[in-house]
Amino acid sequence: MSLEILAVDDSRTMRDMIRLALEPVGFTVHTADDGVHGTEVLEDIDPDVIITDINMPRMDGFGFIDAVRDGNRHRTTPILVLTTEAAPEMKMRARSAGATGWIVKPFDPTKLVKALQMVAG
Amino acid sequence: MTASDPLADIRASFFVECEELLEALQDGLYALEHGTGDGETIHVVFRAVHSIKGGAGAFGLEHLVQFTHQYETALDAVRSDRLAVTPDLLKLFFRAADHLSDIIRSAREEQPFATSISAPLLSELTARVSLEANQEAAEDIDFAPIAVNLDFSEDPLSAKGAQLNHFQISFTPEPELFDTGNDVPHIFAALADLGELDVQCDTSRLPTLHQLAPEAVYLSWSLSLATVVEEAEIASIFEFVEGLCELDISLRVTSDANALGSEPVTSDAMTPSTEPVDAEPQSNPQQSHRDTRQQTVVRVDIERVERLVNLVGELVINQAMLSQSMQSAGISPHSEAMNGLEEFQRLTRDIQDSVMMIRAQPVKSLFQRMSRIVRETSASVSKDVRLITDGETTEVDKTVIERLADPLTHMIRNAVDHGIETPATRLAHGKPEQGEVRLSASHRSGRVVIDVSDDGGGIDRDRVLRTAKDKGLVPPDANLADTEIDNLLFMPGFSTASNLSDLSGRGVGMDVVRTAIHALGGRITINSEPRQGTSFSISLPLTLAVLDGMVVDVSGETLVVPLNVVSETLTLTENNIEMVSPGHWVVRNRNGFLPLLDLSAVLGYRAERADFTDRIALLLTLEDDVGVALVVDEIHDQRQVVIKGLDDSFYRAPGIAAATILGDGQIALILDPADIVAHACSLGAHPPAHHRMEA
Repeated sequence: MSLEILAVDDSRTMRDMIRLALEPVGFTVHTADDGVHGTEVLEDIDPDVIITDINMPRMDGFGFIDAVRDGNRHRTTPILVLTTEAAPEMKMRARSAGATGWIVKPFDPTKLVKALQMVAG
Repeated sequence: MTASDPLADIRASFFVECEELLEALQDGLYALEHGTGDGETIHVVFRAVHSIKGGAGAFGLEHLVQFTHQYETALDAVRSDRLAVTPDLLKLFFRAADHLSDIIRSAREEQPFATSISAPLLSELTARVSLEANQEAAEDIDFAPIAVNLDFSEDPLSAKGAQLNHFQISFTPEPELFDTGNDVPHIFAALADLGELDVQCDTSRLPTLHQLAPEAVYLSWSLSLATVVEEAEIASIFEFVEGLCELDISLRVTSDANALGSEPVTSDAMTPSTEPVDAEPQSNPQQSHRDTRQQTVVRVDIERVERLVNLVGELVINQAMLSQSMQSAGISPHSEAMNGLEEFQRLTRDIQDSVMMIRAQPVKSLFQRMSRIVRETSASVSKDVRLITDGETTEVDKTVIERLADPLTHMIRNAVDHGIETPATRLAHGKPEQGEVRLSASHRSGRVVIDVSDDGGGIDRDRVLRTAKDKGLVPPDANLADTEIDNLLFMPGFSTASNLSDLSGRGVGMDVVRTAIHALGGRITINSEPRQGTSFSISLPLTLAVLDGMVVDVSGETLVVPLNVVSETLTLTENNIEMVSPGHWVVRNRNGFLPLLDLSAVLGYRAERADFTDRIALLLTLEDDVGVALVVDEIHDQRQVVIKGLDDSFYRAPGIAAATILGDGQIALILDPADIVAHACSLGAHPPAHHRMEA
């Protein structure tokens, strides 16, 4: 199943890695550099799943999830958080902000694809 | 380069990004050090290290992950106000940043890097964090690098001969489950991928329609799954909704996998979408559309830019040819065609400038490298020196920047090692203990000027002169002016190092610096005041692709002399030339006498002429103030020429640097004046004289 993904990460390497993991399996990947950029990009597209980093300039991942959930258009769009911190409180914080799930960096492409497919249905 | 290995491309781009992150890291630390940062600065610094760690993990660069992890932990302690920023701590962070760039370099070049080298810094970083008794200090790195595997062949059912497990799952979602964007059918679909799934929906709690709250949850499910996977994998499907639902997974029976499919599949229950219905259409909360997008940057292969530079060069040449042929065709300079051509020329010049700008880069990265040199050098000679930079945004051709790194490094080392006095001497002279080295860049009349100055003791002229006399570089009875003594530093074979310190010594003298600057088409001058300090000024062309040259004619050959060395032109008369010995002529100018070289003879076009009266000479001032006069037949004009390198298939003729194509399509050789002089000396002509020395 082909999905449309928005990946928000301030690291170009991470964005490239996500692209590399997802495009070969036929996903369409949009990217944004930070939370603010992410919300701007979301005005024009309707992705099936959003992937976001936490540590970002201008607007971090939590702020971005808040912004997405506060709006009406993407209230139920699944959001996966990419995090290097596997600590439970990190997960809880992401969840209470409205994240659907999380992927621990460095991610395994197979798992990422699976997780995306699962949350997108 | 083809798009062969995408991972290799990303790896390359990761290292490019690392460079940028290191720059941001340096900037941030600098801002913290000078108190010019704001609350965001420490976060920027943290993120830089954090992002490097993230990428390093993806490429399995274990050592890099380890170091960045510890570095990041220390930065995090500062970020969360658990650790105070002190000058001491910043010094450690700077050293860690330097070390980080070393690790990255070795990783990029796939050089081995002994982890033991990082050990002292790592323990220092750890010590800082554990000082404030943080439980994290004991925490192991739970961030193990996973080298990325891009193989997508995994099918749970392909595992043959495995046991088939029958699970019973009961599942009741909480309303919060839907707030996080999770949805029930998706979970079931994922379960169905694991094996045979049977879904029963319990609708008993569902109220009648008029009582139904659209976002409340009334449904629960019981599922049975026949699969080869273990319970842990099933649980992992529910990982994201753990705590957001009532969940019970139990293993009922285990059977032989071959029995799969023999059981009747009853899939009589729908899996209705329980997605919350959108509430009343609210007014769309308009996202504040802040246009704070950073500069958009396109990364382009440098080869493509080179190609563009070359093409524009061709265009300039072509146009000059067109203009010349129009003139010779007798078209009036006031005709529309000529006016159009003029406009065309103006545009071409603009295009050329713009193309050159593509290659231009700010000198910032170069300056940052120098701040590291200052830190390291001053530490090793026990001096406290700070680097002040100015004009970091000045843009210079990328090639010039790259080739400037070595000479500049050497000059900075010199300034710290020789220029700045010891702290005791400084205090005795009423100066602050901390020395200052200034590095500045600016554009001045179409060139880039880079100044390196220190507030040290100035050049010890007595010692310099003594050394030069001892080494026989000047006659023992020479009486030199201050600037002449200063310029002795640039002479080959001169080295002030009576006590060769391990830094600026290294057998490299300022003459090597001068040669490197010269090779870039630049000039270097020196200025020193006792007790005030010494400053060097480097003047460079903006680009290496074009050259301002003087087009001259010698024995019917057209040659280009780089304009930066031509100090004046002169018509020779009986009064200003003199033969000092047979075949050896000098010309007199304001400063004294200069050896006269017949360019035509030096290049071997014909034998040296016997009489130079009424000939034209170019007075050249080479680096270190060596002066020489070149006799040419005719001067055509001054113009910018596009440099065409002569590759290895051409004979490397002495005195020739490169070639260019002139407006009439003719090829002209570009001279290397210093090489001409060296070649003339080897032919037995007069050695060049020091410009201002009285002959």
